[in-house]
Amino acid sequence: MINEEAVFWSRVLTETTLSFHIIYATIGVGIPLMIMIAQWVGIKNNDEHYILLARRWARGFVITVAIGVVTGTAIGLQLSLLWPNFMQFAGQVIALPLFMETFAFFFEAIFLGIYLYTWDRFEDQRKHLLLLIPVAIGASMSAVFITIVNAFMNAPQGFEVLNGELVNIQPLIAMFNPAMPTKVAHVLASAYMTAAFVLASIAGIRLLQGSNHIYHKKALYLLMKLGFIFSVATALIGDFSGKYLSEYQPEKLAAAEWHFETEEGAELLLFGVLEGEDVKYEIRIPYALSILAHSNPKAEVLGLNEFPQNEIPPLYIHYLFDSMVMIGMFLLFVSLVYIVAMSRRWSFIKKRWFRWVVGACGPLSIIAIEVGWWLTEVGRQPWILRGYMRTEQGATTSGSVDLMLLLFCILYIVLGIGSIVVLRRMFRKNPIEREIAERHADRKVK
Amino acid sequence: MGLEILGITVLWLFLFGYVIIASIDFGAGFFNAYSILTGRSHILTNIISRYLSPVWEVTNVFLVFFFVGIVGFFPKTAYYYGTILLVPISISVVLLSIRGSYYAFEAYVSKGHKGYAFAYGGAGLLIPASLSVVFTISEGGFVEIVNGGPQLDYWKLYTSPLSWSIVLLSIVAVLYISAVFLTWYAWKAGDQPASQLMRKYALIWAAPLIITAVGIVYEMRSHNVERFEMMGNLWMVFALSAILFIFTIWCIWQKRHYGLAVILLILQFALAFFAYGFSHYPYLLYPYLTIHEGFTNTEMALALVIAFIAGLCLLIPSLYLLFRLFVFNKGYVRGERKEHV
Repeated sequence: MINEEAVFWSRVLTETTLSFHIIYATIGVGIPLMIMIAQWVGIKNNDEHYILLARRWARGFVITVAIGVVTGTAIGLQLSLLWPNFMQFAGQVIALPLFMETFAFFFEAIFLGIYLYTWDRFEDQRKHLLLLIPVAIGASMSAVFITIVNAFMNAPQGFEVLNGELVNIQPLIAMFNPAMPTKVAHVLASAYMTAAFVLASIAGIRLLQGSNHIYHKKALYLLMKLGFIFSVATALIGDFSGKYLSEYQPEKLAAAEWHFETEEGAELLLFGVLEGEDVKYEIRIPYALSILAHSNPKAEVLGLNEFPQNEIPPLYIHYLFDSMVMIGMFLLFVSLVYIVAMSRRWSFIKKRWFRWVVGACGPLSIIAIEVGWWLTEVGRQPWILRGYMRTEQGATTSGSVDLMLLLFCILYIVLGIGSIVVLRRMFRKNPIEREIAERHADRKVK
Repeated sequence: MGLEILGITVLWLFLFGYVIIASIDFGAGFFNAYSILTGRSHILTNIISRYLSPVWEVTNVFLVFFFVGIVGFFPKTAYYYGTILLVPISISVVLLSIRGSYYAFEAYVSKGHKGYAFAYGGAGLLIPASLSVVFTISEGGFVEIVNGGPQLDYWKLYTSPLSWSIVLLSIVAVLYISAVFLTWYAWKAGDQPASQLMRKYALIWAAPLIITAVGIVYEMRSHNVERFEMMGNLWMVFALSAILFIFTIWCIWQKRHYGLAVILLILQFALAFFAYGFSHYPYLLYPYLTIHEGFTNTEMALALVIAFIAGLCLLIPSLYLLFRLFVFNKGYVRGERKEHV
């Protein structure tokens, strides 16, 4: 008994919720680490500016956390509401990481509350740093556990199916599935990278708007260094993910690369347009796909034609793959240029056009996160549990999903606009120049 | 004791935790909005926001913990409840979202914005109403198996006196719990006017609480005799709960022992909540799903219990720290310092 319409709308609603949620969730995973680093640098260098940086980021972070929490609650419930059959089946195997994610979230929530509301209670800034450690750990660990759940959907293991019943369940084997290491690492690195570039964007834009304060310059330099480190890490892990795919999910890699014929020394396709099975306007890089898949230019790469037609993911994921990689490379390049230019004292990085480039980094990294997730999720179609359950078998049979989609779309529009308005107002009302002046005034009184 | 009993007990405990702290939260939002409407916001707003600010996120996690845990321990609930509850729970989620986000928006940027306060207060009353639908449905009689899948009979649900009684009880309980707690909290903060106002609200909401509670017992009798009898077996616990209720009111009436009143209140609701839960045994969804059928496999259950114990070792000290710093910290409660980041 499958309700085709409910399947379609369930997919749309899940995609809408997740696409909206990951903007805030990614920032929510990355920013605590940035706050922690700024606080640490501030203590180490005895530089009030970095402490203020941590404080102001934390203030903005609260708004993004609020949206992250409520949309996270929404997707948590939607898993059961939209995919009851899937949750009934897979719930027996993946309940453990789901459960642990809640604990990580709990832990983070408690210490975030403490951190936010004990500012100025402790004279010693190191105590604030101590409070930030569990926040950052909790945030990262919840990303780890929830990514493990997603990794399981891509590479299910740790159970056997006997006459439609799950037997021999091994929760730990299910958690440490082959997809898990690369997925978790890629998610974490890219979240840190995104947070660094989003915050760098803000500093860049403030400098563009004419605030020439040293505070923004310190922020920008710190963030560009962090952004560079994490984008290198993201790219490296991305390469490992390619090797994972060729080993365990070759159809996803082949679809992302429009690689139809199995061959040795396979070419990598950049860009291009698909017409039937002909690819036009593409750039071909010889041997690169074999290198991506097996670290060996001569290695054989499975082509799409080897797979049954009804088990092939949609071919448009190639565009998603290209966008993700291009943006990643661009961000890596921009941050590298910035660091080199700073040490060589090249002056073009102070030009308006380069500030614009820096300003674009944040939105671009968010776009990369979105297309990356669409790539990995659409790339495992038609499966909801690869090899075991097709997406339509997991969905609800309820007839009201389209109405709920409308309801949630309105909610996300309100939340999205609301959070932007609130964040802008928060920082407009209390510009950094004023806050620095006030804090220096405080000091003289003491 | 089997693992399934342990599992449902733990989940029920967390749900109870959510019911209590969320009630304080929801009720506080309503009283805040009401005080703005009646021009008394200067009395209440400070005390309410001081309590709520550091804990609102933690409140939410209790709910998440419950629904993640129940799917983990009882995966079949995802199938039954997930299929039938799409609409009611989606509405709850939207209300919770409005509440959670507006709370952050209001607290950090536009303090004292009336629109936010009303949205916040209104959502606070609608959320318990929308969530309590789950309790009604679990009583049985609203779900039919059609074509092999469960389906909710909305018409029956909306026209049933039982569902409306449960909605009423949930709202009244929220207001009562919140008023008793805030009476104590304001008193501790040395805020006499706020404490007196909340005391008045606590006494006002005590009468409807007892009326609606008795009403439900009456409704149950005509709704489902078997369930009613299961509850009847536990009449002593319900009676004890009622006695505690009378003591609470007495403390508040006497204008002293507010701290004791809060403890009695929690005990009173704990007894009633657990007796209600226990009377459900062994059903998760009467009469389709019992906790034995719905239980996950043994390996996963063990893993979950271990994870749960490990998690508690982290949580309990952290929660204790949170309470030490905010609820039981005199300087903070009195609002002597502005400490927000």
